[in-house]
Amino acid sequence: MASHLLRRASSHFLSGAANPGHSLLSSSSPLSQAARVFSSASTPIRATLFPGDGIGPEIAESVKQVFREADVPIEWEEHYVGTEIDPRTQSFLTWESLESVRKNGVGLKGPMATPIGKGHRSLNLTLRKELNLYANVRPCYSLPGYKTRYDNVDLITIRENTEGEYSGLEHQVVRGVVESLKIITRQASLRVAEYAFHYAKSHGRERVSAIHKANIMQKTDGLFLKCCREVAEKYPEIKYEEVVIDNCCMMLVKNPALFDVLVMPNLYGDIISDLCAGLIGGLGLTPSCNIGEGGIALAEAVHGSAPDIAGKNLANPTALLLSAVTMLRHLELHDKADRIQNAILGTISEGKFRTADLGGSSSTSDFTQAIIDHL
Amino acid sequence: MARRSVQLLRYLLPKPTAPTLAPTATPSRSVTYMPRPGDGAPRAVTLIPGDGIGPLVTNAVEQVMDAMHAPIYFETFEVHGDMPKVPGEVIESIKKNKVCLKGGLATPMGGGVSSLNLQLRRELDLYASLVNCFNLPGLVMKHENVDIVVIRENTEGEYSGLEHEVIPGVVESLKVITKFCSERIARYAFEYAYLNNRKKVTAVHKANIMKLADGLFLESCREVATNYPSISYNEVIVDNCCMQLVSKPEQFDVMVTPNLYGNLVANTAAGIAAGTGVMPGGNVGADHAIFEQGASAGNVGNQKILELKKANPVALLLSSAMMLRHLQFPSFADRLETAVARVILEGKRRTKDLGGQSTTQEVVDAVIAALD
Repeated sequence: MASHLLRRASSHFLSGAANPGHSLLSSSSPLSQAARVFSSASTPIRATLFPGDGIGPEIAESVKQVFREADVPIEWEEHYVGTEIDPRTQSFLTWESLESVRKNGVGLKGPMATPIGKGHRSLNLTLRKELNLYANVRPCYSLPGYKTRYDNVDLITIRENTEGEYSGLEHQVVRGVVESLKIITRQASLRVAEYAFHYAKSHGRERVSAIHKANIMQKTDGLFLKCCREVAEKYPEIKYEEVVIDNCCMMLVKNPALFDVLVMPNLYGDIISDLCAGLIGGLGLTPSCNIGEGGIALAEAVHGSAPDIAGKNLANPTALLLSAVTMLRHLELHDKADRIQNAILGTISEGKFRTADLGGSSSTSDFTQAIIDHL
Repeated sequence: MARRSVQLLRYLLPKPTAPTLAPTATPSRSVTYMPRPGDGAPRAVTLIPGDGIGPLVTNAVEQVMDAMHAPIYFETFEVHGDMPKVPGEVIESIKKNKVCLKGGLATPMGGGVSSLNLQLRRELDLYASLVNCFNLPGLVMKHENVDIVVIRENTEGEYSGLEHEVIPGVVESLKVITKFCSERIARYAFEYAYLNNRKKVTAVHKANIMKLADGLFLESCREVATNYPSISYNEVIVDNCCMQLVSKPEQFDVMVTPNLYGNLVANTAAGIAAGTGVMPGGNVGADHAIFEQGASAGNVGNQKILELKKANPVALLLSSAMMLRHLQFPSFADRLETAVARVILEGKRRTKDLGGQSTTQEVVDAVIAALD
């Protein structure tokens, strides 16, 4: 344990000395400090991998292959969902899995099927609550070569992930009358707004739009907007605007190029991020990353586990691969991330190797091999 | 007796077939309804011009109604979005006339003033909000075969307006779902589908997360669905629904939703169909009905459109056609809709949101000219 700490401290020293330019760019943000601690030339970064169920193991294998060929310095620690409920976490995820993510700070998660039944929390809810994952980031951009009705999509949705309408606080008042609480706090809204503006700045984005319905829900969404405005003042070089959600929906389906970075509370974020995924071709192609307190990043594939094609080498690994790329960007391994992303986009745009859901007939392994060839 | 019966028989036998119609001519249908004596007496309709582009488009409707000599006359009232509440005389007038046509009412942002639209809906118990989103022939859009009716519960749900600050920095908002309201909106949706020959009703929900609240809504929908075995019923989660709307909208027919999801789904469906400037809609309750632009995307038009008088009157014209049918003047409604469809198909007079350059007045003149 002590040697591990020493190794980490020395690598911090090394990387800090080796790239002074890097430290100038992102010196004060705690998120990038955490990232610098990770990167080093000698020791690989440990990352937790949850292959998941159904097609999960196959596409996780694709990711491992591509990363190996691209010489990405990541060492995977695999964890699987257990078959019985762990009383420490009240779900099928074991305490060890969660500790591993907390220790490593980055993770990649495949699709997990939530077992039906009572007495345990859903897997996603467990991860979110235990790791305090407060922001869900989904970059949506049109894949060149895969034609959908919308060709000019290039936006990022950042959704507050802990409170809002999904607090799970419902109760039956009398028979036939149910109340559900929507909670907005200053702390959570500030946190996600901070992350949104930080993301916009570090990725060179020009505009942040806050999506709300404050004309009807004046106090709740009003508080969210107030927090966004406060954070916006600290970043004067980024344009900030507020858009009512119904207007936003309409503008998204008419002209998605109008938006850049979107930040929203929980429910609107859920709907809008899935809408944007629909614009670019569905959940099978959309990357997603959850950011937690202390710089934890858990990238995940948001599609289902597709039990009907599990094990048949037919699954499309694009979503998990692009999510892994998002994870690399969080770790500030931008050159590797760009290389893999370009390989993926190149393979899809070429059109020779495409899996069944994109209209082609390649298998998972052929597609993976094509990406490796493009590297 | 036998000789006369042979003559009668000749009348009863089918006539020799008429020469075949030219393939491009659509067969015309003669309207076969029998009015009661006095049905043609002029009906009073409350008119609220409202804010923003409201006065412009309601004026357009008035002109067209005049040109058609439709048997309605308008009682106009001034209401603006920044008033504290709707004046009592307006509510009285709507209660007397039972039908109202409204331009947009702006809702001030976060100012502590509750929306007047909501107030009207609650006081008159207009529990169903309806938006009909369809492709207009002549307008090329990214999505084809769109014909969706979104029926949205209008009184409770997330818009109950019950918010309070627990401690500074923590705010709670209550979403209320009752069996009574869910059942009546489900009943309205299925009845609408039945009366309008629609084949499928889809319930939009988020019951995997909000198990009790949306679960109650779904339960009510399922109960009502059993009374209509000829109409197929399915359920879709709201985020999946939005994703399907932008990729495969032809799978949806009638959609029934609680309050907030209905707002989003209606605006998304309007956006993919032909834009909010064209979709008709209204709010209806057991006793009263208010017709207005279907999906307004939360605004009443921007200042530039107002100054240049380029607002699109088509939505309100089609809503007033719905109103004419509601008042049981179907042939006037048919004539108005045909005229509007003709103008859009021609494509010479379209406002900016449809890709043209015309002003509101030019579109109105074209519609009046196209009336037959």
